[in-house]
Parts: sequence; C-alpha cells; structure tokens
Amino acid sequence: MSTVIRVEHVSKQYRLGLVGSGTMRDDLESWWHRVRGKEDPTLKLGEANDRSTVGNSDYVWALRDINFEVQQGEVLGIIGKNGAGKSTLLKLLSRVTAPTIGNIKVKGRIASLLEVGTGFHPELTGRENIFLNGAIMGMKKHEIARKLDEIVDFAGVERYLETPVKRYSSGMYVRLAFAVAAHLEPEILIVDEVLAVGDAEFQKKALGKMKDVSSGSGRTVLFVSHNMAAVQQLCKSGILLADGQVNHIGTADEVVERYLRIKDAEIQQCIAFETPDAAPGNENARVMRAEASPQHITVEDEIHLTFTLHNGSNEHRIRVIYDLVNMHEQIVFGSGTLVEVASGRAVTTVCTIPGKFLNDSIYSINLYLATEDMRPLYEHLHIISFEVTDVKRGFAYTGKINGVVRPELKWVTVD
Amino acid sequence: MTADSMNAASQTASEQWDLVIGPKDKWYDLRLAELWDYRDLITIFVRRDLVATYKQTVLGPLWFFLSPLFTVVMFTFVFNRIAGIPTDGIPAPVFYLGGTTLWNYFSSCFTGASSTFVANANIFGKVYFPRLAAPVAMILSNLFKFGIQMLMFMAFLFYYRMQEGSTLHFTPFVALFPILVLLMGGMALGVGIVISSFTTKYRDLTYFIGFGISLLMYATPVIYPSSAIPEAYKWFVDINPIAPLIEMFRLGFTGSGTVTIGGMLYSAGFTLAALLLGTVLFHRTEKTFMDTV
Repeated sequence: MSTVIRVEHVSKQYRLGLVGSGTMRDDLESWWHRVRGKEDPTLKLGEANDRSTVGNSDYVWALRDINFEVQQGEVLGIIGKNGAGKSTLLKLLSRVTAPTIGNIKVKGRIASLLEVGTGFHPELTGRENIFLNGAIMGMKKHEIARKLDEIVDFAGVERYLETPVKRYSSGMYVRLAFAVAAHLEPEILIVDEVLAVGDAEFQKKALGKMKDVSSGSGRTVLFVSHNMAAVQQLCKSGILLADGQVNHIGTADEVVERYLRIKDAEIQQCIAFETPDAAPGNENARVMRAEASPQHITVEDEIHLTFTLHNGSNEHRIRVIYDLVNMHEQIVFGSGTLVEVASGRAVTTVCTIPGKFLNDSIYSINLYLATEDMRPLYEHLHIISFEVTDVKRGFAYTGKINGVVRPELKWVTVD
Repeated sequence: MTADSMNAASQTASEQWDLVIGPKDKWYDLRLAELWDYRDLITIFVRRDLVATYKQTVLGPLWFFLSPLFTVVMFTFVFNRIAGIPTDGIPAPVFYLGGTTLWNYFSSCFTGASSTFVANANIFGKVYFPRLAAPVAMILSNLFKFGIQMLMFMAFLFYYRMQEGSTLHFTPFVALFPILVLLMGGMALGVGIVISSFTTKYRDLTYFIGFGISLLMYATPVIYPSSAIPEAYKWFVDINPIAPLIEMFRLGFTGSGTVTIGGMLYSAGFTLAALLLGTVLFHRTEKTFMDTV
C-alpha cells in the first residue's frame, strides 16, 4: 500500500463580508509586509468558523491545520456538519482554490464529481457534451471516443444522443453527467453527494460503479456525504471534521458513531424544569417538560412526545397543540388535544407518532397552548428538536428517500 | 497524526509526487506544457463557442457578416459623408471595413480575455483545468470569426479594385498579415488577462473597460488614417501599440498606410511584455480567485 494523498498542515482562510475599500487596505497592508519579508498580518487574524455566533474578525479559518493521509485503494468517507469544512477540503483537493498555508501532495490524476455535469452546455447535444465534459475533466479526445459507447450505454440515453441537453429531463441529465465522470478512470475519485440524485436503479448502478472503481482497480475514492448509512456501507475508513479541524480519523463506523454523538449534543431533545418558576412560559401557562423519546430515533421507531404543563390561568381546560416542522420550516403536520387541569396545577400529556412514518431528517416542535375556545395562552417555537436517522437497508439503494414523510403503506398486488 | 508518523513523513520527503497543491507557485513557472496537454479541451471550447453562438437563430452564421456590414454603412455615412474625415485615398467602405474588421477582432478578444474569471466563475468553481485554456480558446474562436469577416473584406477589396481609376494595390507588406493577426491576438490576450486578474476582486476596472474599449477605438486609426493627424497630436498615436498594426494592415492590402519599423517593433515588444506579465499575474490569481470573485 502506498500513500496517494498526503495533506500536510493545510489551513484555509476566508475573508467575510463585502469587498470594499477596507479590503483594499488589508491587501495593501499584507502586500507591504510580504515585500519586506515579514509575516502577513492577516494570517494572525481569524477565528474558528462557527457560523452561528457573530465573530469579531473579518477573517475566518475554514480549515485549520489539517493533516491526514490516504492510501491507495482506500474508500474514505469525509463527514461533518454543514460548515465543518468538508466542501472547502474538497475544493482544495480538486484544485478549485489553493490553501492559505500547507501543502497537499498527490499521486495520480484526481477527478471530482463535486457537481456532475460541469460545463454542460444546454445548446449542445448529448454527444457534444460528453466530449466537452470529458475534456474539462482532463480526458483526451481519443480516450473519450473510445469510451463513448460505454458512457452512452451506462447513462441509457442512446435515443437522445443528438438532442441538445436542454431538452433532457433532469434525471437523464444527471445520468449522462455521472456516466462521463464514472468512465474517467482517474486514480483518485472525489464524490460529493451525487448519490442523492437519480432514481433507485441508477443509484444502484452508480454505487456499483463506485465499488468497482475502488475494489476492482485499486483506485482511491473520497466520499463526502451527509448520509451516514451510505458512508458506513461504502467506506472502510473515515474522517470527521468539526469547525475546520480534524476531530477524528478512524474506521467508518467509529467516525459515524462519533459524528452522531456530536450531533446529539446539539439537538435539544428534552427540556425539563423542577419548578414552574424557572420554566419557560408566562403567567397563564408554563412548560415544565418537553421531551421526544427514545434517545436515538430511527425511521422505524415510535416517537413519544411528552409535555408537562403548569396551568397559571383560571382556565380548567387547556388545549395543547403542536406543529411538527422540518428543517425547511415546513409544517409536516399538526396535532392537538384538550387536557383537564386545575388552576395552579401541572399535567402531563403524551403524544405518540407512529414508527415507519417520518422520513430521516431533523424535526422540531412548535408548541402552542390555548384556551378551550382557542384564545392563545403561550407559544414556544422550536421548543425541542430531534433527529430521525435512517437504518441500514437490505437493498443497495442508499440514497435519500424522497418525501417529507416516509409512511409504510399497504400494497396488494392483484393479477 | 502521531509524532512518529510525522517523522516518517519527513524522512520520505523525497518520494515522487505528481502534484503538490500549495499556496503559491514559482512566478516564472508559466505551465505552458500543461496548457498544451489540454489542447483537446481548447479545440472543444472553440467548437462550443462557434456552435452555440448562433443556435436558435434563423440567420445563423450570416450574423458574422451582417454586423460589420451595418457598421461600415454607418461609418461611411457619418464619418465620411457628414464629418468629411479623409480616408487616405482609399474608397471609404474598404477603408472602414478593413479597420473595423481588424478592430473588432482586437476588441472582442480583449473584452473576452478581460472577463475570463468573472465569466467562467461557474465552471472554474467546480473543476480544475488550466485556466488559460478558456481565454486561449476564446481568442481562437474570435480568430475564426475574424477569418470569415476577412473573406468579406477581400470581396469588397476586389470589387473596388476593379473600378476604373482605382489606386488600390497590394504591397509586399501583405506577407506580414499572419504576424499582424498574431500580435493583435497576443496583445489582446496579454492585456486582457492582466485586467481579468485585477477584476476578480475589484470590479471597478470592469466598468472602465466597458467604455474604455470604445474610447480606445477613437484613439486608434480605425476611422481615420494616421496621416490625417495634426503633427501636435502624433505622439498620441505613437504610444498606441495597436496603431502600427492597423496601419501596416492597410499598407499591405490597399497600398497606403503610415508605419515605421520602430512602430512595429514597439508593438511586438509590447505584446510580448503584456503576454508575459499577463500569464504571471493570471497564474497568481487563478489559485484563489474563487474566494473573492
């Protein structure tokens, strides 16, 4: 086994904010320092790239002192939250931009599927675009010509070969683009979430191709995904990035587990208070407890939402209503109940969401408390949140299953 | 990485790597061999430009002829008939068509090259290939359009030569034509990529280029001959490196033009310097322009 990629002390700094006269001043300043052979002052600035807090500096480090090696034939999963630096790392590896400090050493040709169909021109035909796309990825004309039949066959677009790709369906477009990339035969292939697109049959093909690439011919694959099931299934080893730094390097299972633990810490699945005084709410009603259980929820699990409320109003019946919203702030559904609770007392009510119903995603709960005749008492948006994770599936399709919900429905086949 | 493996890494530093991605390359590394390696991509880019430009138009490639034709009609009317600017004894349509054909070649190469980074940001942002392939391909597809427009110019030229009393004639300098075209393309590319390297971060130059190029035409003997410039303003044309090329073109094809050896050498030197500076700056910019574009 030999090392095909060595990343040494790689850091990448970005400048935030707008380009203006201030940028010019900084540029001149760092130029003046470099001319005199001194250290660039802007490199001393900057902070870890935490998107949620407002920093003091205009400079952030998207990556900070990254070191790792990749062996030939390794299928390496790169995972991390949004903003952890995955995309930046890929951009450096695919030479779209250069590191601020450090070096990446590579043996062999790298091709990236950062976004398939790069350079596709809508007015050109499928055939012309195969050549264009292949050439952009570094193939020679005769190489592409030799593989043309294979590519067309893999994409399944024979009939449309002489049609401009602007007339293609999005599925055909992606298939053609992936097909070109898959036949590049680079020594190192970078794959970024392409498996999220295409239909099941095509994903199967694509995954198969990826496996061939790595196992059959000893080529190396770097796979970036949010889909932990796919990472576990495809990769032997993994790297977890967090806030621009390497959090952990290990086997794929290890890294995925660690990633889920980090994520858990951020998702507030439960809030609980001993006394009503400390609990969120107002003089009418307070929420002493809100919890989604079990601790780890998969798409197959039944989910219990528990709410404990303290009634400070004169009402003796309170409506407990919630909306379940997804990450896009779409309301997946809403539900509510009417509970009897004496004034000054607390009550607990539990709602059960059936298993095999929600899709894998992060959800949060918007809680509304109201009187029997729907006068609002208290509302608390995003009071708790929880993640529903996918399970390893028995079949090869590991992509995201479409839909806001993923109910298990009854199917009957009749002749 | 553990301390041990770090030591191991430094011991094997002599290992052969195909590629080292670092913050900066040596400024004198022009990476022209790599560009040559991607010549297939360049030809495909050229094809794409030519095919895609006139798709879904009824007249198609006819547009290559129509726009200079209208320009010449307009110029003849405004500058010659109304303003009475002399044309060095050359029939006005021939004079203007020659000038605008050459000028359009220069100006479209120049504006194309100067917007390289901004116009290609989308594709540059996703995949690596030698960035110079984009402006070089653009120059080549403009060269193709220029070739087609030259055919029209030649047709005009021969038509007017057959008229009675025509003084139009070729001179031996016509042999310099390929060099003129090369110099013009090279100059446009060189200056263009210098500009494009600066515009990735500061767009101010883009606005300047927009009207600057149309002003530059008036500072170049396109719609008037050098010989018609008053002595006091001659220096203005002398410092313009495009002027000798246009005058030499006229001298070769029509028999009248004002150009000196010094002027030609100046143009050639300017082109070489611009290309060198442009390539160095371009390589420097391409490494990180995605962060600022």
